[in-house]
Amino acid sequence: MSSAPRARYDSIVVGGGHNGLICAAYLARGGRSVLVLEAAERVGGAAVTREFAPGFRVSACAHLLHLMPRALMRDLGLESQGLKLAADGLPTVALSPDGGHLVFGAGNVGGLTEHSSADAAAYAEWRALLRRLSGALHPLLAAAPPRLGSDAWRDRASLLGLGWRLRRLGRRDLRELLRIGGMCVHDLLEDRFGLALLKGALAFDAVLGTNYGPRSPGTVLALLYRAAASQGVEALAQPQGGLGALSEALARAATAAGAQIRTAAPVARILVREDRAAGVQLASGEEICATSVVSSADPKATFLKLLGSEHLDAGFVRRVAQVRSRGLTAKLHLALERLPQFPGVAADSLRGRLLVAPSADYIERAYNHAKYEEFSSAPMLEVSIPTLADPGLAPAGKHVMSVIVQYAPYALAGGWEALRQAFTDVVIDTLSRYAPGLRGCIGASELLTPPDIEREFHITGGHWHHAELALDQFFMLRPVPGAAQYQAPVPGLFLCGAGCHPGGGVMGLAGRNAARQVMREAA
Amino acid sequence: MSTRTANYDAIVVGAGHNGLVSACYLARAGLKVLVLERNSYIGGAAVSRRLYDGFTYSNCSYVCSLLRTEIIRALDLPAHGLQIIPYEGGCTLMRSGEHLAIYDNHDALRREIARHSRHDAEAYDRYVRDMLRHCRFIKPLLLREPPDPTSFKPHDLSELMFLGRHFHKLGEARMYDTLRFFTMSCADMLEEYFESEIVKAHLAGSSIIGTALGPRSPGSAYVLLHHYMGSIDGAVGAWGFARGGMGAITQALAASLQASGGTVRASAPVEQVLVRNGRATGVVLAGGEEIAARLVVSNLDVRRTFLQTVAPQHLPPEFLAQVRRFKIRGSSGKLNIALDGLPHFPAIPQGSPCTRGDMHVTDTLEMVERAYDDWKEGRWSRAPYVDMLIPTQIDPTMAPDGKHYMSVFVQYCPYQLADGDWTPEKRQAFGATVIDTIARHSPNFKDLILHAEIRTPRDIENEVGLTEGNIFQGELTFDQLLFNRPIPGYAQYRSPLRGLYMCGSSTHPGGGVMGAPGANAAQAILRDLGRAS
Repeated sequence: MSSAPRARYDSIVVGGGHNGLICAAYLARGGRSVLVLEAAERVGGAAVTREFAPGFRVSACAHLLHLMPRALMRDLGLESQGLKLAADGLPTVALSPDGGHLVFGAGNVGGLTEHSSADAAAYAEWRALLRRLSGALHPLLAAAPPRLGSDAWRDRASLLGLGWRLRRLGRRDLRELLRIGGMCVHDLLEDRFGLALLKGALAFDAVLGTNYGPRSPGTVLALLYRAAASQGVEALAQPQGGLGALSEALARAATAAGAQIRTAAPVARILVREDRAAGVQLASGEEICATSVVSSADPKATFLKLLGSEHLDAGFVRRVAQVRSRGLTAKLHLALERLPQFPGVAADSLRGRLLVAPSADYIERAYNHAKYEEFSSAPMLEVSIPTLADPGLAPAGKHVMSVIVQYAPYALAGGWEALRQAFTDVVIDTLSRYAPGLRGCIGASELLTPPDIEREFHITGGHWHHAELALDQFFMLRPVPGAAQYQAPVPGLFLCGAGCHPGGGVMGLAGRNAARQVMREAA
Repeated sequence: MSTRTANYDAIVVGAGHNGLVSACYLARAGLKVLVLERNSYIGGAAVSRRLYDGFTYSNCSYVCSLLRTEIIRALDLPAHGLQIIPYEGGCTLMRSGEHLAIYDNHDALRREIARHSRHDAEAYDRYVRDMLRHCRFIKPLLLREPPDPTSFKPHDLSELMFLGRHFHKLGEARMYDTLRFFTMSCADMLEEYFESEIVKAHLAGSSIIGTALGPRSPGSAYVLLHHYMGSIDGAVGAWGFARGGMGAITQALAASLQASGGTVRASAPVEQVLVRNGRATGVVLAGGEEIAARLVVSNLDVRRTFLQTVAPQHLPPEFLAQVRRFKIRGSSGKLNIALDGLPHFPAIPQGSPCTRGDMHVTDTLEMVERAYDDWKEGRWSRAPYVDMLIPTQIDPTMAPDGKHYMSVFVQYCPYQLADGDWTPEKRQAFGATVIDTIARHSPNFKDLILHAEIRTPRDIENEVGLTEGNIFQGELTFDQLLFNRPIPGYAQYRSPLRGLYMCGSSTHPGGGVMGAPGANAAQAILRDLGRAS
């Protein structure tokens, strides 16, 4: 009798986050037998809805959907799996301390022409450029990056295709893309716009999720990346029931396609037999064999913890250890007894994404502190009050405020335990400048720091995108050269999480691209 | 009635080192060349100035390494008086009184690094090996015109293919390494090799010289390479003094030019480029003198060239908008100090060669980054990064017997202060900050000061004609390098105006006293004239 156990599945997906679930759904559709193993009690990873105070629920990390392509959602049939959008086409509001807010809606900016018609015209021009560029760049997100130096026709075709698509932009746009691609967003904004608040709002999207400030070269890349994902059309949506509802719908789509999902089943090790990935071993000791293993965990956890460096060459191990993944974003959840007033913000706009970033310099100053493992007393914030569109998230008449706080260093000098309250106070004080009665409304609060996120969602470094978004950790360099096409150096092992191309942001393309790669490679 | 002088084939505006290099190559190819300089002395920012009795200051650029050996040879500069003496060492001084000594000798340096960290001593070998590899990669690109990636012209396609093949030859692993290196921040790059702060802070210095970036800014690793890629006597990364100061370089260039039949005129400020029928046909000086030429080559930075010396109606409006957008930011200050003797640095052992090279004052990467943060706020750095040299220890001709000249380069110093314009008082205060910083490491320093010339970016701009006192004639960031330098579509030394060329550091491959822009511009001109060498 053979000592090697028979493979029970074609693929095991480690981690039931959104990318893992999407990968499983596509593998199952492709006729593969798939098992998803999730360590937590429920699927979703960081895209879950949590009850942070009795009766008050909130999306744990990302609180709105804007980068997941609608085509992908339709393809997965999420609506028929019960996903409802409590709101769609939400506006983004750039809050001004003097009440002169800007409201970014479909293609226009309320309040901008009053400030500056030149800026309004420049903004329209900028959006048009983004749309044109994103047309050329969007296909890049939907495929594995080409390998340099590869003789494979697929890689050569991919590179040529990229070159061809870029040329088709036309001389002017291509030159502009080559010029701004590596630029810092501060310079780009200085060149095009005058109003500080407008520049603050645009710089916001360029640095959110990165470990940089507006003056850091490469921040325009993040703007291009977001444009490419959303194809230049901002479509901000709020799932009914929070991001957890999205994950549940994804899980149903996967099981409907034939995948199996096991929760409360933490994977301790990836098994290697005869130099191939052969399955996993759970923390309980149970071994499950498969022809391929696809990990949606972050690259460090995958390679250094689950696989083990003994299966990799020293150079690769060093590269993985050097991947920068220092979490820099925290989440503050407030249970509100009543709705606070935001003077100057219309009711319709209050349901949207509210930004605290009055200027690009404001953001840069907040970033300065983060460089030295400090936090600023003037933090950069993104606020959502999800109960306005989805009252079921709180008891009647009460509200939830979900706040993303950028520049909250993982290794805070002085330690998070000592400074948790001070940090929370700084955020609430800052918000109070825009909503004066806020403090009086607060019933309970919860702060998730990067170490909390690391612990709770099993993400090394607590970074929402698994690996920092930077020029040198992007595209064919993400997460490391040699594993940038979803395939690990160990045959049969694949990656499908946010640490791969195209990156994080609840997009789901990493999962789908990886599934394609698995089906191409595996027998 | 304006005076007309003999027609020239080429007029070069500005006798900076690139203008002189361009002129030399053109003269050698048989063109009749005239170089016109606004100041009474030539050299631009590569000058030796006698500003205080008996002392010679390299009052702008101060060390030599990047000057391409190909250019030194081709223009016969040693025969015309250029002598570059490599210097032996250097150091970085810490507030604690500790120091990192830098030696020419690799083993000695390794031992010194090991004194701080054994791990870093091992890593240093790997670091040098990798840096040399990056230098070897970039070296062939310096004396080549960047291709236009949007063009289908045979010249551009073949240049793109050359670049592609050159890159491909690295092999897969090294290609990725190169991509990473060129997109990383200096701090992240150094952190992949080293653990000790002093080693990282020492090496990071070259990533910020002349640059409005901090060590944590992506792309600053490239700036470090930019400073590393020079060589003296074949020793890559070595730096040296030009005997007689940096002016010796431009004097040798002028001599070489004259030997080839070219002419240099000082005190001849060019006011406008003459244009007729859409062509540059010469220049007019302040005062009205017109000088005709078949072509005009500007050594001025791209803003001065197109916004000051060419009437706007001759240039496409979009081009002018792009010129206005080209980032030229002043971030550096300079002190030139006459000393009554050699200052004592107690941290450095007696007889050590450390003082004979560049000495830095900084403790950590964080200090350097914080210095950059100050600049962003429109202040000079409260704890500036300082690069000090006392060339008189090796070249005694620059000062009277027993006395010394010290060059101090400072990051960061803004062109425009947040609280208003530069005034003499503010300049003094800036100087005092720098002098205090040095004095902390040298107790007798202040007593030895005979004279101190303090130069803010504004002073450098006024005197040398470098916009905002930026030593590179434009930031070395991704959006302003290679085919983006200075303007996408105009990165090949030609301007939209026929007959007008650019040859200064605003063009590829950028600044430092390199001469490559000047040489490349000359080649482009000769190719256009059908006289490519």
